[in-house]
Amino acid sequence: MSRPRLIKENSAPLSLPREQLIRIHDLMVKARVLEERLIQMYKQGHGYFWIGGPGEEAFNVPLGLLMKVGEGPAYDYLHAHYRQSATLLAMGEEPIGALRQMKNTATDPYSGGRNFAGHFSRRSKNIAPITSPIEVQYAIAPGSAMAQKRHGGDGITIVTGGDAGTAEGDFASCLVWSSRPANPLPILIIVTNNKWGISTTADGQHGETNISDRARAFNIPAKTINGNDPVESYQELQAAMDYVRKERKPFFIEARVSRLYGHSSASGANFVNEEQDCLRLFEARLEQEGILDRKQMDEARNRYTEELAAAARTVRDEPQPSGDSIWDHIYAEKK
Amino acid sequence: MANMAQAIRMALHYAEEHLGVTDIFGEDVGAPLGGVFTCTQGLKTAWNSPLDERGIIGAAMGLAMAGNRPVAEIQFCDYIYNTIDLLKLAGNTHWSTNGDWALPMVVRTPVGSGIRGSLYHSHSFDATMTHIPGWKVVMPSTPLDAYGLLISACQDPNPVMFLEPKALLRVKGDERIPGEPEDDRALSKMIDAPLGDRSQWKPQWPALEAFAIPIGKGKLVREGTQATVVSYGRTMPLCIKAASQLAEEGLSVEVIDMRSLWPYDWEMIKASVQKTGRVLFVNEDTEVTNFGEHLVRRTVEELFYSLLAPPRLVAGKFVPGIGLADALEMASVPQQNDITTALRTLCREQP
Repeated sequence: MSRPRLIKENSAPLSLPREQLIRIHDLMVKARVLEERLIQMYKQGHGYFWIGGPGEEAFNVPLGLLMKVGEGPAYDYLHAHYRQSATLLAMGEEPIGALRQMKNTATDPYSGGRNFAGHFSRRSKNIAPITSPIEVQYAIAPGSAMAQKRHGGDGITIVTGGDAGTAEGDFASCLVWSSRPANPLPILIIVTNNKWGISTTADGQHGETNISDRARAFNIPAKTINGNDPVESYQELQAAMDYVRKERKPFFIEARVSRLYGHSSASGANFVNEEQDCLRLFEARLEQEGILDRKQMDEARNRYTEELAAAARTVRDEPQPSGDSIWDHIYAEKK
Repeated sequence: MANMAQAIRMALHYAEEHLGVTDIFGEDVGAPLGGVFTCTQGLKTAWNSPLDERGIIGAAMGLAMAGNRPVAEIQFCDYIYNTIDLLKLAGNTHWSTNGDWALPMVVRTPVGSGIRGSLYHSHSFDATMTHIPGWKVVMPSTPLDAYGLLISACQDPNPVMFLEPKALLRVKGDERIPGEPEDDRALSKMIDAPLGDRSQWKPQWPALEAFAIPIGKGKLVREGTQATVVSYGRTMPLCIKAASQLAEEGLSVEVIDMRSLWPYDWEMIKASVQKTGRVLFVNEDTEVTNFGEHLVRRTVEELFYSLLAPPRLVAGKFVPGIGLADALEMASVPQQNDITTALRTLCREQP
């Protein structure tokens, strides 16, 4: 079992193929622009609440890119939390879906206008419904991992949550159920650590040095990585997923990330200057190594800004669900 | 005839053989014990989980999401309260995803008094559970109903809460489970685990037949003309006895076993109340915000002009627990005499 690794310096060379770096950058920009558009929509009164993940793109994009996307136990299950729009975009979701959810239109592909922004759900891609109560996904995820272990193949379960939520018992449930000697599970347990729980700092709450140290008590191999570095994130996630796919055993990753716009609209959703911006850091390195120049990167941002502004105009004119639709889908019908 | 614990075991065996049940799990559910009430003895997919109720409900949800059909057990309903938000999520998943995800899962848990279980093994859960939309909730009072309802639960594409009246788990039925042998001792020899070392024991299952009681359908147990009594679970046999006793006094009471609490057979209750004009609802959950109060409210709103007397509720006392001493338990939940007296009074009440 490896010891949690110290966070690497950001100055290491970009050791991924050029095309891959460009793809990651493109998705990071797309995700950032999407979140900024969602915040703008909220502030303009085109939604009731915003919560999302600007600042986590460097980790969330590689996660989505590495997933085996499809429906059923042969593919990866994602039990996510509400800061993962970047993962969804990397899994092939269109950003207009998130705008529709923000505007709670009948066309919202995730909930039909019933759920908050960032509360994605998509059975055709094994994206389990995201919920507001934090950490419940950690109690649910071992179930899909159990089904996958029995099913065979290399599909795995991925569960993610925040550092503050690790205080919940469901986090302990996940460590216990994933590492039972009777049936260890193919599950990648992830905590994105932005060092905040709404307005409470981690310093006041966490006695452990690294959150990943908790996994070690269950003999689950664990690492703490720099989630603000997309290359490190990609490589560490790839190694962890390979391990889980092959060994059919759990692995734990703690990713240190930033929280660029605070907790949610409840805390104002304004840009926080003191946090490291993973996109800005990555762009400086791409420029430095001659992979993309400033003009190309600005063009990408402008393109997505225009696309999402147009999408927001489309969504604005789409119908809201009707009141009598509250009776739809209370029960599933026998097929 | 089989008792309810044997009937549940046989239904689960049928379900794992024919209905795709993949996991029957919970605390002490697997070998060697087979459940504290023996309901899961000898089942091939039964296994022991960590002592973690949230983990049990969560794992059932995850298994169901991945297309499996789990049957989870919470050892006593008194311990299911720390999973309430997960039960709420399981109930809202189909709705919140606009029909995208379904959770075909069953949760079984013993409820109610009757075994001198004291504070933490005697609570009821029907009122709380019927307050969580998206679930179906059933509660049998006979072994045959337990068999048929559990088979329906294991066929349902939605989460189903199967409440087991623990006082009735050892009571033999009057009706045979389709496929069960005629001789009770023969059945016991086939499917009851021996005391002591069970490591080599394997059950000999009878050739069980498909028998599903539809969820949402009540049972007209006894016809009557002067009053209706509606109940479920442990208090059901008491209501039947009360009706028999009152018949000797010349009073005619119609008896309805709800069997399903949600959805429930309002048509059956309505037709009966319109016929008799008097109705008593009986259950043993605490009386404040009781499911019977919902039934009283609906009766008043929809059947007011059919009524010859106010609808009544006999339920458990609104006290924080059920005490261990015999007199404390007896005073806390409805007993035979409470029901007989309430029905007698109701029958004689004149507008």
